[in-house]
Amino acid sequence: MEPTSAFQDPGGNAGALIPHLFRREFSKIVAVLCSLFGLEHIETAEDIAGETFLAALEIWPYKGVPPNPTAWLYAIAKNKARNHLRRDKLFLAKIVPALKQGVAGSGEMEIDLSEKNISDSQLQMLFAVCHPSLPAEGQICLALRTLCGFGIDEIATAFLTNKETINKRLFRAREKLRAERAAIEFPPEAELPKRLDTVLLTLYLLYNEGYYSESQDAVLREDLCAEAMRLTHQLTGNPSTDLPIVHALFALMCFHASRFPARKDRNGEIILYADQDEGLWDQGLIGRGAWHLHRASQGDTLSKYHLEAGIAYWHTIKTDSPEKWENILQLYNRLLTIAYSPIAALNRTFALSRARGKEEAIAAAEKLPLTDNPYYYTLLGELYRELDKDKALGHLQRAYALARTRSDKGVIEKAMQKMGK
Amino acid sequence: MDEYILIFRHEDGNKVASPEQIQVWMKQTMDWIGGIAAQNKFSSGTGLPFDGARVVHHKGVVTNGPFGEIKETIGGFIIVKADTVEEAVEFARGCPVLQGDGNTVEVRKIARGDGTH
Repeated sequence: MEPTSAFQDPGGNAGALIPHLFRREFSKIVAVLCSLFGLEHIETAEDIAGETFLAALEIWPYKGVPPNPTAWLYAIAKNKARNHLRRDKLFLAKIVPALKQGVAGSGEMEIDLSEKNISDSQLQMLFAVCHPSLPAEGQICLALRTLCGFGIDEIATAFLTNKETINKRLFRAREKLRAERAAIEFPPEAELPKRLDTVLLTLYLLYNEGYYSESQDAVLREDLCAEAMRLTHQLTGNPSTDLPIVHALFALMCFHASRFPARKDRNGEIILYADQDEGLWDQGLIGRGAWHLHRASQGDTLSKYHLEAGIAYWHTIKTDSPEKWENILQLYNRLLTIAYSPIAALNRTFALSRARGKEEAIAAAEKLPLTDNPYYYTLLGELYRELDKDKALGHLQRAYALARTRSDKGVIEKAMQKMGK
Repeated sequence: MDEYILIFRHEDGNKVASPEQIQVWMKQTMDWIGGIAAQNKFSSGTGLPFDGARVVHHKGVVTNGPFGEIKETIGGFIIVKADTVEEAVEFARGCPVLQGDGNTVEVRKIARGDGTH
């Protein structure tokens, strides 16, 4: 169901309220029902949550939004779950004997929608969804659908693909979880670090999906980031996952998110870091990030999230200084030794130019095996900008030819125009 | 692609450097390693602090540190990925340890453990 498009608000404010309520409460209801029924019945749980919102859409526009919408939704969800159990003989036969609690057959099943149980169920769902047997894209889709309550349409928009593809991914992911008999439970302590790695990577990718998405829907992009942050923050609230590495990831997200208001112009075009109005950076988020980075530094783990958070921290200081670029360079040096990526290699070379000069950076850039990467040529274009205009333009033209996205081409075009002047 | 170990040999491990000098070396070393890692050719590596070093001799005699009668010491190593020994040698040429007169970097291929070595 798609409440955002189907709902016609005759005059009240229910229209504005429901999409947000839907996302937030959908995932809570699904998590609680799933932990009750078992993960193999995830679709049933989603259907019940969906029907609950359909009821709200049918009733609220005429009778008005109830004073406590959440309590209203939970009451409906409980009723629908009980009715479903009574109605569906097959479900009854298969599930009821296995129910973890309550006497479902009598209709007196206990559905615990307390804050604590919701939070526990959601964290267990997070670990189930981030199952090592699933490909990353499957984990992210499932997380968006089940944990963040995104509609199929929205997920398709975020990934720049169609509903069928997303439905297929979700179907395959759920089948796989069934085949693996994945349980909704907190992983045993011995497995926790490894399982947590997968969870953190999925949250990191989910965040990046929002941050770097090519989707034109700015609200949706920020929502993806906000959801990744909400789930990561939730991990810091549980004693077993309140760990430095989790704080490091959260700090990284805070620092990046602080630039949201400044990184796109009115037409949705990317504003490069150097051209951003730092007055628009969210100082509250920067402060939160700093606090979590401090928490991250307790203990002796040094993850890629720590190093990326450190780099992001230095970027929250707009003023250039030798200290800033020296620190960024050293953080990239270390990051590359534990987690190589082409973009980190290119950013390291840019930091090198700031800390050690353009000549040294050009020499280092020429050794990078990234000659099919458009950003490699935008970097060379930047490094040659003041030294050799023709060379710089040549590199930018090469970058333009290799660029795959509209916004990348736009940025390169601007750089070429600037040089032409 | 093969792996090569680059072993830093210091001619005289007894030399004492100032904290400032050590910091400069650290930066140079990290820049050097970062440059290799940026090419996706870095595997692993570590420094080997002289503090707490012991040498176990024939018949179980243990002495403090690698110093004394043995002048040359190993200060650390890194393992790099390279197609040829020449490529590994190119990486070694940039090692800041070589700024010290008499210091050397030994380049050795890592046995693959596939039965061919």
